[in-house]
Amino acid sequence: MAILITEETRVVVQGLSGRIGQFHAQEMIEYGTKVVAGVTPGKGGSTVLNRPVFNTMREAVAETGAEASLLFVPPAGAADAMMEAAEAGIRTAVCVTDGIPAQDMMRVKRFLRRFPRERKMRLIGPNCAGIISPGKGFMGIMPPHIYIPGRVGIVGRSGTLGYEAASQMQSLGIGVSSSIGIGGDPINGSSFRDILELFEADPETDAVMMIGEIGGPQEAEAAVFARDHMTKPVAAYIAGLAAPKGRQMGHAGAIISAFGESAQEKVALLSACGIDVAPNPSAMGDTVARMLSQTSKAA
Amino acid sequence: MDIHEHQAKEILAAFGVPVPTGGLAFSPEQAAFRCRELGGGRCVVKAQVHSGGRGEAGGVKLCNGDAEVRDYAAKLLGTSIVTKQTTAQGKRVDRLWVEEASQIARELYLGFVLDRKTERIMIVASGHGGMEIEDLAENDPDSLIRMVIDPAAGLAEYQARELAFGLGLEGKQIGQMVTVLKACYRAYRDLDAMMVEINPLVVCEDGSLVALDAKMSFDTNALFRRPTVAALRDPGQEDPRESFAANHGLAYVGLDGDIGCIINGAGLAMASMDMIQLAGGEPANFLDIGGGASPERVCQAFRTVLSDCNVSVILVNIFAGINRCDWIANGVIQAFKEVGIKIPVVVRLSGTNVEAGRKLIKESGLPIISADTLAQAAEAAVGARPPAIAAE
Repeated sequence: MAILITEETRVVVQGLSGRIGQFHAQEMIEYGTKVVAGVTPGKGGSTVLNRPVFNTMREAVAETGAEASLLFVPPAGAADAMMEAAEAGIRTAVCVTDGIPAQDMMRVKRFLRRFPRERKMRLIGPNCAGIISPGKGFMGIMPPHIYIPGRVGIVGRSGTLGYEAASQMQSLGIGVSSSIGIGGDPINGSSFRDILELFEADPETDAVMMIGEIGGPQEAEAAVFARDHMTKPVAAYIAGLAAPKGRQMGHAGAIISAFGESAQEKVALLSACGIDVAPNPSAMGDTVARMLSQTSKAA
Repeated sequence: MDIHEHQAKEILAAFGVPVPTGGLAFSPEQAAFRCRELGGGRCVVKAQVHSGGRGEAGGVKLCNGDAEVRDYAAKLLGTSIVTKQTTAQGKRVDRLWVEEASQIARELYLGFVLDRKTERIMIVASGHGGMEIEDLAENDPDSLIRMVIDPAAGLAEYQARELAFGLGLEGKQIGQMVTVLKACYRAYRDLDAMMVEINPLVVCEDGSLVALDAKMSFDTNALFRRPTVAALRDPGQEDPRESFAANHGLAYVGLDGDIGCIINGAGLAMASMDMIQLAGGEPANFLDIGGGASPERVCQAFRTVLSDCNVSVILVNIFAGINRCDWIANGVIQAFKEVGIKIPVVVRLSGTNVEAGRKLIKESGLPIISADTLAQAAEAAVGARPPAIAAE
């Protein structure tokens, strides 16, 4: 099982013909991911990495049965590419692109609402490292060797901080069921809460590590969801305790602009919901280990 | 990206928001001329800096006649204004806005922001204007009216009317308020704004509405398609180090500490800052070198961090995915050769090509302190500071 991607998932890469798209698609194929096609408007009929390239998503889906899409499309055209994927019947789209205008994302999210639940596309990102189910497959730009297969889910905004968590877990021998990067933008496809819901329903996940940061309401919403609707334990870390108010810290969404958006406030909110929050980023692995030992004791 | 008050007023006026008549001045003489243009009597002189809270900081004055305007302008131009929202250095005053004085009967607050909960544009308004929105939210939350706009339908007229009545407006003011709201919404939507704020929006003694102050900021991700907005950038209002960094593809935010940070990824950069604080130090900056960083970009990162003279030690923390540790290592070595580094440097490499990167650092013979984990790196950086600073 795992969530969102397995060894069976048929993946199309939007922007496969570009240098970056090609480089990462190659890594994905070597890892065992079922990359079945590419889409680059105007390059239809060509072949990249022995995969057929199509002009439109509609053709790619019709010809290859692709159900997931990874987007390496520059910011100006990324929103359009996401909508094209949704219309073509893609079920899971992962957008790596950083720098998409916020109002474009507003339009994409409004567009996605027009589809009935059974054919609605789940969007991950943008501005994220991607998704991986270790040993099965991945869609994105992460170094796959730092994840060992296992039963802990990871969900986080930041790519590199997610790597840090995975590698701390690896050194403690803790494996990962799936790791999902939801991205650092203020408007994103899937929230922390959306991903927690998937992990709760996944029989191959026992516990979840959530890696948040300053800015926005999503960590708090997820904490309330975990308290009210989850049977599996959740641990967390919130980056940005040292970040000043009102300054954007790299990610477009990492800015404290309202009450409840500082790291200190989020840590308090999460703790109040029964979530074990790592006191510092080098204790993420230990915090997961503690969560797992308490779970096994309780069982 | 922020713009000046006078630019925001010009933009909003073009969309139909009533603003006071005024003119721009770069010298005391020009300011005095603007006053005479307005009739030579009472007028308001306002420092144009990218910050709120200018009034309290002495950047706004009601003057009587051109002589007073000239004196005040001479005193203000070239100085820096320190407000609650700026750093201790403040923002330099290079231009003034001189406008007619308004007869104020009532002050309202009006703001348009991106609401992250609903992921839509939201109007926030209050019948009690003049205060900063943070203070309003804390001291007078019941006065706030919030309204979310459906992006498919746009701002509906009934919503605008409801808001106008909610603020206690009446008669002709309702129609005027609807015009103001629709104009602000169109400006926000059509120009990819992130924030439009009119504080205060005043009801004059003759009953008309006018935007006494205006603030706009824009989505930097959308500037590629808004060249007229991009042209409003004022580099004089930016931290020179942040501008230098941005021009080299680096995200940099200057802070007050002394431990310079060079990190990849925004989350890891924030986490490294947290770790430094925990180890007893203070970060001098946030810096994300981004993905696929070349040795050249790493070199520029060193230049940026070292341009802050408070920096006493540099921490490089890289977890390479899309980056390569060998490129980073080459960048560090190049920086030693080209930039001339005289302070301790701690390097922690992990991820893609880590062995090659560590080997390069080791064989360089340079006095680089290596660390294996995030915790070790932060502790080494705090420990490597000169004793005088560490003792403070």
